[in-house]
Amino acid sequence: MEPAFALAFGVMVAVAAYLVMSRNVLRIVLGLLVLSNAANLSILLAGRIGERTPPLVADGDTFIATSANPLPQALILTAIVISFSLVAFTVVLFESAHRRLGTLDTEAMREAEPRDDEPAQAAKRPKLVEEPA
Amino acid sequence: MMNAHLLLTLPIAFPLAGVALCAMLWAKPGAQRIVSLIASFGLLLSSIALLAAVHDGTVLATQFGAWPAPFGISFVADMFSAAMVLITGLMAVAVGVYGLVGDAKAREQAFYHPLYQGLLLGVTGAFLTGDIFNLYVWFEVMLISSFGLLVLGGTRAQLDAGIKYVTLNLVATTLFLMAVAFTYGMTGTLNMADLSRVLPTLENQGLVTTVAILFLVAFGSKAAVFPLFFWLPAAYHTASAPVVAIFAALLTKVGVYAIIRSFTLLFDGDAGFTGPIIGAVAALTMVTGVLGAAAHFDIRRILSFHIISQIGYMLLGVAIATPLAIGGAILYVIHHIVVKANLFLIAGAIKAAGGSFELKEVGGLYRQLPFLSVLFLIPALSLAGLPPLSGFWSKFVVIKASLDAGHVVLAATGLVVGVLTLYSMLKIWNEAFWKAAPEGAEAALKSWRNDGATRVAMLVPIVTLAAITLTIGLFAEPFADYSMRAGEQLLEKSAYTDAVLGPRSLAEARP
Repeated sequence: MEPAFALAFGVMVAVAAYLVMSRNVLRIVLGLLVLSNAANLSILLAGRIGERTPPLVADGDTFIATSANPLPQALILTAIVISFSLVAFTVVLFESAHRRLGTLDTEAMREAEPRDDEPAQAAKRPKLVEEPA
Repeated sequence: MMNAHLLLTLPIAFPLAGVALCAMLWAKPGAQRIVSLIASFGLLLSSIALLAAVHDGTVLATQFGAWPAPFGISFVADMFSAAMVLITGLMAVAVGVYGLVGDAKAREQAFYHPLYQGLLLGVTGAFLTGDIFNLYVWFEVMLISSFGLLVLGGTRAQLDAGIKYVTLNLVATTLFLMAVAFTYGMTGTLNMADLSRVLPTLENQGLVTTVAILFLVAFGSKAAVFPLFFWLPAAYHTASAPVVAIFAALLTKVGVYAIIRSFTLLFDGDAGFTGPIIGAVAALTMVTGVLGAAAHFDIRRILSFHIISQIGYMLLGVAIATPLAIGGAILYVIHHIVVKANLFLIAGAIKAAGGSFELKEVGGLYRQLPFLSVLFLIPALSLAGLPPLSGFWSKFVVIKASLDAGHVVLAATGLVVGVLTLYSMLKIWNEAFWKAAPEGAEAALKSWRNDGATRVAMLVPIVTLAAITLTIGLFAEPFADYSMRAGEQLLEKSAYTDAVLGPRSLAEARP
């Protein structure tokens, strides 16, 4: 089972890298989502999979010999909450950037770092070119 | 004498209470101000108490929820982290006071205070935690607050900057999380003291080095090292003056802290391989940062590139990894935080008194405001490393350590970059202070003269930080001595691991 998951992890990281390097902000946010899920998968794998017994210590016992590893579940739960809030923020940020800057193309966003060769005035003009989403 | 648990929890509790109360008081900016200032002062006072408890070399540790280490989350303060928390408290108060003026009203309506306290919370937590997954959580607390603070005004430039800042930082923290997962997969533990004992015993040391490099990439993008720094010059100059000051003081330094901590405590096993990599990164970071600064004419962009350049000196210490070098890196971090925050605060004052951040549009400030000019020269010359200011001693120690270890090229790079730093600082001096005032600069100066409250709130933090810079410069001995002992303590490792796990042997700790 683990090799298949490891392979899936690799594919997800590759997909995420491809998407994040895109110029379209919509693809970037999808890439960030896939990347954070790949990280969650890596935590699950790091805790070893295979054992299905729930990690419940029987009444009277103080020790359990074999069980599923509960720690990765806790870690992933934390990571999911964090990445969910960060991606939610990112989507809102990208949406308002799209509204204010009028483009989805990161190369066309030169407000903060205007090119030297174009006058500052040109950079201040609203850009009306819209890339198909 | 307070107990260790209280000493370690209070620096977190104050900003945490600050976040919660400020968020609840969202409709009352006046009350938020008071709460935020009290929380910042509380952080400062509790960090002084913490430093007083560890300055003799003891390491304090506590376990949350009374779960014994390595099963629960540990909080640890050694000399290095206590010094970082103290400097965070100092910045919290200085920038907090400075942030009361300027566009304070507009900022406060956009949740400035809760986000500011959230940033302090994340930074302090990152300095104190002894658990690598918990470190990730504090990084994210810091990150989400910084996202909010960066786009506070919602201008077009800020949204553009925000996209780059958010994307690159999210990728970096996700890499960090993956590195944590791989570490857990190799060792079965997340407690840093426990990791420090387990990692050298692993059979597959090649994998350990690979994960170490993954951590270096993740922390390196946080610290804005070459070639991972692009988010910083794309974003910092768009934020408002107090925000960029606290960013410049703390954010990249958390990355540096994490690099120093992980490469002294966890990954010192393969120093022959990682050392030269960090050294090359340090040299390239110094050079690209200072050259980037030379090309710009906006004060904030010049200063942003200098942050990058200065990070290189700190990494230089990590690369060489002798006690002197690590001590030098710690001294450098302490000096740099004070100086850099102060320069950004002064940039805000130049904007308030001169009307612009663009060097072309300001001038004549030396004639009009000689006091502010002197205040600029103190951190500016300190940044360039002129004696007898704080930058001289920290550069001196780092460069002496690299010469002692035979790294002549690294030492020479450090010296040349120092000269180029002086060039940038003199550029700001010549343009903003020395040359004649351009047309239309009188209006800003007039409002600066008439607005006593703004002047006081801006100048008091600037004077305080300049005084600290002078103190470190003129009475360097206690600061240098503290840094050297902190460096030795980091390399010793046993003080840290014993404080967390107890002085047990490996076999006893893991039945």
